[in-house]
Amino acid sequence: MAVTLVILVPLALAAAALAWPDARSRPWLLLAGAGAHAAGMVALWLRPEPPLAEGYLFLDAAGKVVLSTTSALFLATAVYAQGYLRRRPEKDNRVFVSGLLGLLAAMTVVGLAQHLGILWVAIELTTLATAPLIYFNRNARSLEAAWKYLLVSSLGIALALLGTFFIALSGAGPGGPRSLLVGALVEAGPGLSKPWVRAAFVFLLVGYGTKMGLAPLHSWKPDAYGEAPGILGALLAGGVTNVAFLSLARVFQVTRAAGEAAFACDALIGLGLLSMALAAVFMAGQRDFKRMLAYSSVEHMGILAIGLGLGGGAVAGAFYHVLNNGLAKGVLFLTAGNIHRAYGSKRVDEVRGASRRLPLSGPLFFAGFLAVTGTPPFSPFWSEFVILNGALGKGRYAVGGLFILFLAVVFVGMGATVLKVVQGDDRGAPERPGFADSWLTAGPPLALLASVLALGLWLPAPLAALFRSAAALMGGS
Amino acid sequence: MTSWIDMTFVLVVVVNLFLLASSRLGAVIRAVALQGALLSALALLLASPAHAVGHVLLVAGGALVIKAFFIPWLMFRAIREAAIRREVEPIVGFVPSLLLGGAGIALAFAFSRGLPLPAPEMHTFLVPTALSTVWTGLLLVVSRKKAVTQALGFLVLENGVFIFGLLLTDFMPVMVEAGVLLDLLAAVFVMGIVIFHINREFASLDTDALASLKD
Repeated sequence: MAVTLVILVPLALAAAALAWPDARSRPWLLLAGAGAHAAGMVALWLRPEPPLAEGYLFLDAAGKVVLSTTSALFLATAVYAQGYLRRRPEKDNRVFVSGLLGLLAAMTVVGLAQHLGILWVAIELTTLATAPLIYFNRNARSLEAAWKYLLVSSLGIALALLGTFFIALSGAGPGGPRSLLVGALVEAGPGLSKPWVRAAFVFLLVGYGTKMGLAPLHSWKPDAYGEAPGILGALLAGGVTNVAFLSLARVFQVTRAAGEAAFACDALIGLGLLSMALAAVFMAGQRDFKRMLAYSSVEHMGILAIGLGLGGGAVAGAFYHVLNNGLAKGVLFLTAGNIHRAYGSKRVDEVRGASRRLPLSGPLFFAGFLAVTGTPPFSPFWSEFVILNGALGKGRYAVGGLFILFLAVVFVGMGATVLKVVQGDDRGAPERPGFADSWLTAGPPLALLASVLALGLWLPAPLAALFRSAAALMGGS
Repeated sequence: MTSWIDMTFVLVVVVNLFLLASSRLGAVIRAVALQGALLSALALLLASPAHAVGHVLLVAGGALVIKAFFIPWLMFRAIREAAIRREVEPIVGFVPSLLLGGAGIALAFAFSRGLPLPAPEMHTFLVPTALSTVWTGLLLVVSRKKAVTQALGFLVLENGVFIFGLLLTDFMPVMVEAGVLLDLLAAVFVMGIVIFHINREFASLDTDALASLKD
């Protein structure tokens, strides 16, 4: 019952948003969709449901981590959207509201999907739902970003479909599962044809890695995050990339069962480290604070890939980090959106003194930076610590050393940019009149930051158990 | 029967080479439409008696309507609106792309020899054709400048994936295949809308104009 609720209600509301005549009241539909989704997730926490539709849809531990994060983040952005869209009455919000609700439904299907075909269809839908939204500002720059996003993501997704077919073929031999259900494939395990599984993992890593934005497949990310409204940036960085990570984890589940774990782990750790290194390089001296957040997202996707690739305790750390990164990215993108609104610029050399002009958003942006870079006592510190611990515990000292090095470089590079924006005197900086912090625009990031802080101070036992059981699915502990 | 199947595969590869060598957009769109029709025929030819008839007809009919008629029609509209005829100054020239395409076909044959197939006698050419079509699509996307050609490249890439998918019709649920086809349709449709906006915004379909975002 709740499973259908979390998919069908957002979908129905997305259709309703297209038909809704009044632009002023249309954003309420976002709130309705977010509320229904959150209620559905709470119901699923309290009373787990059996598999649905012949086992195609089932909320397992890994899906639960990702969807709970998505639900919380979407609720925060839906509240924020009430304030944001009211301030921008000149833009038509019909496609925007409908697209966000469609995105929520698509992400939910990805979280629930136990069938690699359904998973693929839903991932493709997340691309299609978001591409038009990047063009919300209707200017040349956002159009360029939308085209690049659409083309690069579509290519990645097409290669992922080929990889999915390879997996299907690996189980097509005599006695094979002849199915794309994750459970059946994992059960068949060593019976799958190894060359096909190996080729499939390469294609799926490229495909879903593009959606995650792992380096060197991240080229769409800075443009899309730089030009999209803060709401969409938050949902891309804290929602879409997370469900793409989940898709990759599902593929990893199958690859591991087929006995190709060593090869897959090396690939994940390699791309993860490359992502962190590239983010560290591009973050330093970044002149646009929204593009800077894109590189932060590249970095954190790298951290997730490393956590999954290391195995053992680090996998639970990766799932913990899915939650932490999702919430912290919400803080950063929503406050960055506020700062962008108040200055009419996102150039680091123009914007200064944000903590004076926006007494809530400015400090929150800074606190979000501290949280996302893993400063204690915020929760990303703990998840990064668990991953590092996993690396050292397995004797992967080189991986652990590079991990710390890149985190430190990112902290310095990102810190310099964030301080330039937040500190100083805002007199003489560009101004766009009519924007001040309000509870609708500053409240949601404040709530997200509070939850990141609370999770850092105290991790509830059911959550810790959930991360462990999600990790157990991927062969970790 | 087998000779017909082989013939169709060869035609698909010939269309690939034509796409890489052609500069006239109208001809490229027609060739993509022809490839779509060939895929639809393949879906029928490769069907074994074990397949459900409705399923095969759905896949073949869907491919014909979407790949051979609707999308080409959309693309013809796009170039008519933008009043463009030719792909001028591609990033990789026509002769080099043809050579790269040929190399891709050779590699596809070499690569697919190493991969075990469930029924190898039926599908000698299937895997190499699929892989070389994917490769052609990738080449078109990265080596051409017009947004329309890039979208067509994506379509060709999807064609390659579709050919590969024909190996699997008997255990892919109808729902998934329909989803894949609809997703493709929607993707090209959204691309078409964006192309329309690019044309209006820049008065050109050259993606060179899309180069203001960089670090």
